[in-house]
Amino acid sequence: MSYSDILLKYKDLPFEKIFHELSPQEVERSIASGTQEPERLLALLSPTAEGFLESMAQKAHALTLQHFGRTIQLYTPMYLSNFCENECAYCGFNARNKMPRRTLTLEEVEKEAAFIASTGIEHLLILTGDSRTKSSPAYIKECLSVLKKYFSSISAEIYALSEEEYADLVRSGIDGLTLYQETYDEAVYERVHRSGPKKDFIFRLDAPERAARSGMRNVNVGVLLGLSDWRKEVFLMGLHAQYLQDHFGDVETGASLPRLRPHAGDFKEMTEVSNANIAQIIVALRLFLPRLGIALSTRESAGLREDLLPLGITRMSAGSTTRVGGHTIASPEEENAPQFEIADPRDVDAMKAMLVAKGYQPVLKDWMQI
Amino acid sequence: MEDLLHIGGRSIKSRLLIGTGKFSSYPLMRKALEAAQSDIVTVALRRVDAGAKTDNILEYIPKSCILMANTSGARNADEAVRIARLAKASGAGNWIKIEVVQDNKYLLPDNLETLKAVEILAQEGFIVLPYMSPDLSMAKRMADAGAAAVMPLGSPIGSNRGMKTRELVEILVREIKVPVIVDAGLGSPSDACECMEMGCAAVLVNTAIAIVRDPVAMARAFREAVSAGRTAYLAGLASSGSEASASSPLTGFLRNETR
Repeated sequence: MSYSDILLKYKDLPFEKIFHELSPQEVERSIASGTQEPERLLALLSPTAEGFLESMAQKAHALTLQHFGRTIQLYTPMYLSNFCENECAYCGFNARNKMPRRTLTLEEVEKEAAFIASTGIEHLLILTGDSRTKSSPAYIKECLSVLKKYFSSISAEIYALSEEEYADLVRSGIDGLTLYQETYDEAVYERVHRSGPKKDFIFRLDAPERAARSGMRNVNVGVLLGLSDWRKEVFLMGLHAQYLQDHFGDVETGASLPRLRPHAGDFKEMTEVSNANIAQIIVALRLFLPRLGIALSTRESAGLREDLLPLGITRMSAGSTTRVGGHTIASPEEENAPQFEIADPRDVDAMKAMLVAKGYQPVLKDWMQI
Repeated sequence: MEDLLHIGGRSIKSRLLIGTGKFSSYPLMRKALEAAQSDIVTVALRRVDAGAKTDNILEYIPKSCILMANTSGARNADEAVRIARLAKASGAGNWIKIEVVQDNKYLLPDNLETLKAVEILAQEGFIVLPYMSPDLSMAKRMADAGAAAVMPLGSPIGSNRGMKTRELVEILVREIKVPVIVDAGLGSPSDACECMEMGCAAVLVNTAIAIVRDPVAMARAFREAVSAGRTAYLAGLASSGSEASASSPLTGFLRNETR
């Protein structure tokens, strides 16, 4: 049974009603318990649980220390191409946006790689838009042959692939996949993904498990917070992560919590997700899945990232740019629009210094090609 | 006569082995290692960044220690073997802690794959210490395959729950000819002391030292607890009983008969 089958069970659940009817006693029980029943996650994400945020945070912090220690893994994103065939209402790479597009040549990939590696980073995240012609799996493989020389671990955040294509990338040196469903609400998904290959909700939804079967070591899911009711979205994402943990014990499962940022798209119906909401999401996920990796990107400000850090974060990006060639090639003046605007521009050294000051060990290397 | 632990042709003074993950910094880790006075330190090869300018973990391990690389991240025997060979090739020596985990939820070891890795690596001349679930037949097979010690878990890694597997580990201590070292789950010095009193050869601790407020003091506390437990074991620990021994034994009449 795929996660898409499980999602069907929850399709018509009256979330609004359930969330608002949870009693403080049920929330307290859910904080104390260590079970992984879906009802527990509902309670932890409920408005009622907002009154228990501090005790949830204390427990989440202790669990994070226990399972991950005083360490934070750092990684840097590298955009290979911004060609895209999708019209996603919330994204700067939207096919309809008039902007210069480029795909890095292998020489440019090497230049970017050498720069990122010189900052000490060993974990790289490569990203592309959704274009099988401009950033094909074959092109990504060529890039990997260059990147492998510079990094211990390479993850990909790219359009959904078949299991065989994922396996091929694993053989070529990819060890992790990040793939956000964006929204688990099919109606919202249909609305914000106006056209393009990404419109296939189920193909994307079951991509993380295809990746897990293909031999990836890490698989990360995510929702784009702000597209729809965050409590429901995070609940369904939490169950997705749980599904992956339960079915693929040899894969490290992670989740990301990207909050919608200003971008060159035209999505205007953003639902609000406050800082307190983000904090509740992190601690709820940590209490529900103690071993879940949780990433916090530069979509959030430096100050907020530092405040959220002890609640359950395990990975952070550093030295980020969301422009193709943004590390060494594209000048800021160049009309190569970013996918979204970043809120924390600190480089790797600044992030390391911050972590050390906070009593955390920055981990730059936590895997190697074997 | 000095009480030494014999493993892999070496005679080792300290019965406290330390794991190096989870510390907030390498300098602090080094101080904790010194306070623990450990002779064997395990490092995940996945974390070793030999090319790093300032962040090479190996620089922070006292030169007097035996470096035991571990295969953290290995999902099967093949990956464990490859990591062990990489460790050796990168100059990390030939002591290897085999850790094969296919269960990222509880981090419980896969004994079958671990055994396969022991067979291969012992053949290749590694000093092999497998992290395992305390199962007698598996422990025997690992010892027969050339394991220098077996390292059963006390409870799941990082759980700090202590000797939940006590009954099974006691059987290993009685039956297995190589040293039995409890690895994982020990949460407090008293847990470590308990292992030593049971007759375990040593303990391996990481989380319970690394994440506390004062890791250096905790390392010292573990050292003292291990030493106390070992001394108690050697002294011939009196068997415990909840009732006092009767001053008028029930079978006293038998002695009267022989008189």
